[in-house]
Amino acid sequence: MPSDRDELIERAKNALQKKGAFGEDFDLKTYSEVSGEIPVFNAPSELPNNIKEAMLKTGVNPSTEGNDGNMLVIDNSIVLNNSNNDGFELMDIRDALKKYDWLKDYSWNAVNVDADKYTAATYLNDSPGYFIRAFAGKKVKLPVQTCIMIGHDISAQTVHNIIIVEEGASIEIISGCTSGSDVDTALHMGISEIYVKKDASLKFTMIHNWAENIGVRPRTGIVVEENGTFINNYVILKKVKSVQTYPTARLVGKGAVAQFNTVAIAQPGAELDLGSRVVLSAPECKAEIISRSITVGGEVINRGTLVGEAKDIKAHLECRGLILGDSGINVAIPELDARVADVEMTHEASLGKVAQDQVEYIMSRGLTEDEAVGMIVRGFLEVGIRGIPEDIKAEIDEAIRQSDLATG
Amino acid sequence: MLEIKDLTVEVGGRKVLNNVSLSVLPGSTSVLFGPNGSGKSTLLSTIMGLGNYKVVKGQILFNDVDITNMPINERARLGIGLMSQRPPNLSGVNLYDIIKVSSHGKVDPEKLASKLNMENFLSRDVNVGFSGGEIKRSELLQLAAQDPCLFMLDEPESGVDLESIERVGTMVHDLISGGKCAGKREESGKSALVITHTGQILDYIEADRGYVLCNGTITCMGNPRELLKDIRTKGYEECIKCRLIEMN
Ligand SMILES: Nc1ncnc2c1ncn2[C@@H]1O[C@H](COP(=O)(O)OP(=O)(O)OP(=O)(O)O)[C@@H](O)[C@H]1O
Ligand SMILES: [Mg+2]
Repeated sequence: MPSDRDELIERAKNALQKKGAFGEDFDLKTYSEVSGEIPVFNAPSELPNNIKEAMLKTGVNPSTEGNDGNMLVIDNSIVLNNSNNDGFELMDIRDALKKYDWLKDYSWNAVNVDADKYTAATYLNDSPGYFIRAFAGKKVKLPVQTCIMIGHDISAQTVHNIIIVEEGASIEIISGCTSGSDVDTALHMGISEIYVKKDASLKFTMIHNWAENIGVRPRTGIVVEENGTFINNYVILKKVKSVQTYPTARLVGKGAVAQFNTVAIAQPGAELDLGSRVVLSAPECKAEIISRSITVGGEVINRGTLVGEAKDIKAHLECRGLILGDSGINVAIPELDARVADVEMTHEASLGKVAQDQVEYIMSRGLTEDEAVGMIVRGFLEVGIRGIPEDIKAEIDEAIRQSDLATG
Repeated sequence: MLEIKDLTVEVGGRKVLNNVSLSVLPGSTSVLFGPNGSGKSTLLSTIMGLGNYKVVKGQILFNDVDITNMPINERARLGIGLMSQRPPNLSGVNLYDIIKVSSHGKVDPEKLASKLNMENFLSRDVNVGFSGGEIKRSELLQLAAQDPCLFMLDEPESGVDLESIERVGTMVHDLISGGKCAGKREESGKSALVITHTGQILDYIEADRGYVLCNGTITCMGNPRELLKDIRTKGYEECIKCRLIEMN
């Protein structure tokens, strides 16, 4: 339960110097906040081409076709917000907090304001973000798209999102995070609090597409109630300076399910510290964490934690990494933690290069070594994200081509 | 079409083939017999150019071109195709895609797969969880898509059920007799080098020549049906004697 506002402010202020638990430490003073100078648009079709292109690269279609709603946040401003479905609402979190008094019980509840300096700064900043609520019993067919973009160089962006999927509702959200073409250095802080109620389901796909010098510090908490399902897909393929994220899903109702799929390529110079944690605290809950990562010169750390606190739970963690080329670091840190008997918790992890016998097998069908490696790498990543939208698959293919993964 | 001269091959630092010489004429089929572990699969893998197989002596000629040190994919481009005995799992790569690329986009995988009752396997990852007989059929589909001039078939009938063997045998027959390849003979020019223990596949294809490989060495050469009859009645011990007779 969040405490009263003054106390939260106090706690956040005290945490402004607190380093994150993992990953490079960023000095918030290096970046300035930018907002206010960005025009507002009424429909995706009005957006300038460079913004449309940036959205496309992050799996978000800049159109009202094929989706049930769109929100675009640039820096700390909401510049587009439209939806055309009565199964859910999509609004600026700041408006939502004013409109709904009950929302304060959800705000800064799944993520602590004083977790580290990034949560603290986001809290103190009166940050924008999306509030998405799928109404009880409604099945929203088409995905809702959100795009969070950094528009100015040397800026710090703070975003606070809340998603509530009410009892029996289901919804899919595609969230792309990116930066404008003239942005090189920036810091993104994004707090997401996700609540999946009884018998509800949420499929949440996030694609990150940043630039060479951008630091990224998402902080995500998820609470899943009885028989609720939460599926999380995370994809990062392009250049970035440092991403450190460790979303935690708490399964608090009987039979709740969480699945985390991660697909990552660590480009040269990148630090990717990617984790997923599921705490199974009610009977018969299920969790699965699957990650597929490749380093082509950067460093990637795959953390995964499963905590079993109730009986008859089932949880599995599968973490596979490839090292392509001569440099690069790939680390797998799977962790299982059982607090009761009657649990079934397993993990598999493996690291290495592309298997030579597989490459030769494909070559024996007439493909060059590069083509064969490309095919295997694509397959390797594909296993991490079965069921992902086709547009995003195309982006993955593009990244494989561009990364020159094949020549390893 | 294929000529192997005095080939000595090491696997994992151990000599597995010793001074092997054999040839497959254009448009003809040769059969390779031999006990388990004698080096039959090693020979096919070496002809394909797989990395674990190190040629320490001898030569492999394909249509008079020395391919002994040629990369695998170039051998495939020249028209050499291998149905391997134990292919690797390709996790995340489905049968549809590999058939497509094997044919350079020329065949319709659905249509091809229907010939071997494999339509339901197209979306599956190649070899992952395939049964023994399914692996054979999947290999044959890939070979059909690739359409080589020299078919190297490692125990094509092994593990295939009685009903499917008819389909597999017919398909092998059609593949070997159809199409045209560069060759000296007037006929199709397609050739095959087939490993078999049971000889069942010989009910479907016409084989011209048989070899027996024992302990990494060719010990007999002759009419494949007669060789098979000898092996059936007398076992492989004969191949040692056969060797002695030949040498005398
Ligand atoms: N990678 C390897 N390392 C060590 N020994 C190997 C390796 N590959 C093959 N061998 C050995 O080489 C020998 C020949 O193997 P090969 O597979 O060619 O036999 P084969 O004649 O095809 O037998 P089968 O009829 O059982 O298929 C065997 O003794 C085998 O154990
Ligand atoms: Mg063999």
